[in-house]
Amino acid sequence: MTALVIAEHDNNELKPGVAQAVSAAGQAGGETHVLVAGAHCAGAAAAAARLQGVSRVLLCEASHYADGGAECLAALLATLTSRYSHFLAAATPFGKNLMPRLGALIDVAPISEIVAVEGPSSFVRPIYAGNVLVKVDSADAIKVLTVRATAFSAAGGGGTADIETLPAGPDLAMSRVVGREIVKSERPELTAARVVVSGGRGMGSGENYHKVLEPLADRLGAALGASRAAVDAGFAPNDYQVGQTGKIVAPELYIAVGISGAIQHLAGMKDSKVIVAINKDPDAPIHQVADYGLVGDLFEAVPALVKELGG
Amino acid sequence: MKVIVPVKRVIDYNVKVRVKSDGSGVDLANVKMAVNPFDEIAVEEAVRLKEAGIATEVVAVSCGPSVCQESLRTALALGADRAILVESDSELQPLAVAKLLKAVCDKEQPTLVICGKQAIDDDANQTGQMLAALMNRPQGTFASKLVLGDGKVQVTREVDGGLETVELMLPAVITTDLRLNEPRYATLPNIMKAKKKPLETTTPAALGVDVAPRLSHSRFAEPPKRAGGKKVADVADLVDKLRNEAKVIA
Repeated sequence: MTALVIAEHDNNELKPGVAQAVSAAGQAGGETHVLVAGAHCAGAAAAAARLQGVSRVLLCEASHYADGGAECLAALLATLTSRYSHFLAAATPFGKNLMPRLGALIDVAPISEIVAVEGPSSFVRPIYAGNVLVKVDSADAIKVLTVRATAFSAAGGGGTADIETLPAGPDLAMSRVVGREIVKSERPELTAARVVVSGGRGMGSGENYHKVLEPLADRLGAALGASRAAVDAGFAPNDYQVGQTGKIVAPELYIAVGISGAIQHLAGMKDSKVIVAINKDPDAPIHQVADYGLVGDLFEAVPALVKELGG
Repeated sequence: MKVIVPVKRVIDYNVKVRVKSDGSGVDLANVKMAVNPFDEIAVEEAVRLKEAGIATEVVAVSCGPSVCQESLRTALALGADRAILVESDSELQPLAVAKLLKAVCDKEQPTLVICGKQAIDDDANQTGQMLAALMNRPQGTFASKLVLGDGKVQVTREVDGGLETVELMLPAVITTDLRLNEPRYATLPNIMKAKKKPLETTTPAALGVDVAPRLSHSRFAEPPKRAGGKKVADVADLVDKLRNEAKVIA
């Protein structure tokens, strides 16, 4: 029984979530291998080889793997079924795009966003926007899983796995990347940040969102997040959205500013260690899940908070 | 160009779900049901393609018990031309649904299939990707923009850190993200018209698809409740609590 974790990477480093998927793979039992596929990604393979618990890294290089597209990668993975009992990836857009495609190619029912491993064929996952947890048992011989990174600790470093070169599969030439608008941010990655400052509809405008929240995020070294309402209103970019259909976060400290707390938003942040809500409505649902609720005008409270923190 | 749009009947997104007391499932008795919101976005996109003169026919497909006709009528009221119900009272898991949709697509030969990216009940986010794999066609998941070209479609996708645009050879499978469009409301005249639009019924057996579940679900439970609800007096009190009680800031 051997598990293969499919690594998302930027050629040099592994993306957040890979180390957690390695932990989940270890809990499923047996050895853990990691696949690093891409072009010029030996650096990422070396990073994978250092992960604790990984006994082998498969390095597969070809230009048609450079963009992480699901079509060619799933076809490559489908050739490895004689070697692996479990295929895992973090539940990021990369993993969510890839793993179901693999599942269908090898006639396995995938299991999405597992939050616990109870045995080689038994997992727990959230449904209904995280309002229900359910145990899922698979009758398939091979398991195809995505892993909710916030539910697993990251595998540590210090490992010394072998790196095996895996011959590339064919270029299926169905799909190619023609453009990217990736915003480079100095802030920590939202799903990996220790502190998240999130803004909602109460921010009123995109200008306010940045003017009010950025000083607080700067002071706390925090990532910025947003509710769906704030993203729909154009206050913040799409990938800031925290919630059922956006990012799932579980930081040490989550500060919700001007967010009412729809269940779809709570689904994305309620596993945070400490939640602070700043909202002028004392009856807003966000206050029910907040450890510390501050009822007041955010335009006064947030600058005062920055000042109090010595920012 | 024909567009197929799968629609799923799910619990309405405003309903607070309850787990049955014996943990055997979620209580769906007398609960308000609706079309999965992401599927409404998919229907809207297909109808807009037709209105723009790009698509010629929009076919809505649902898999499930006969009551799923309601969801298909909603899709028809939003502008789909006809509907197909793959009727089954058995539990249909995403892989089985993908196989049923594949069988429907083999017959219908669509140029584009537009799926919702996930259903808000099981939150699986799988069916579109699996359908694309079974059809051996490219996939454009989490789409926030579609631009149809000659034999190709450009799909702008929501990914970590921003947007990525991929060009896919047609036919292709698209899954919709929230910001692809804002679906219209069905008007009363269109709801009336929808009742007369063709709705064909078939079955998994007629399509030759084995829908036996591969996954078994048990021990449904609500996650532990957060002990929230505490209020702080002011900003100074908040900072004091964060420093000295929660110890999450220095």
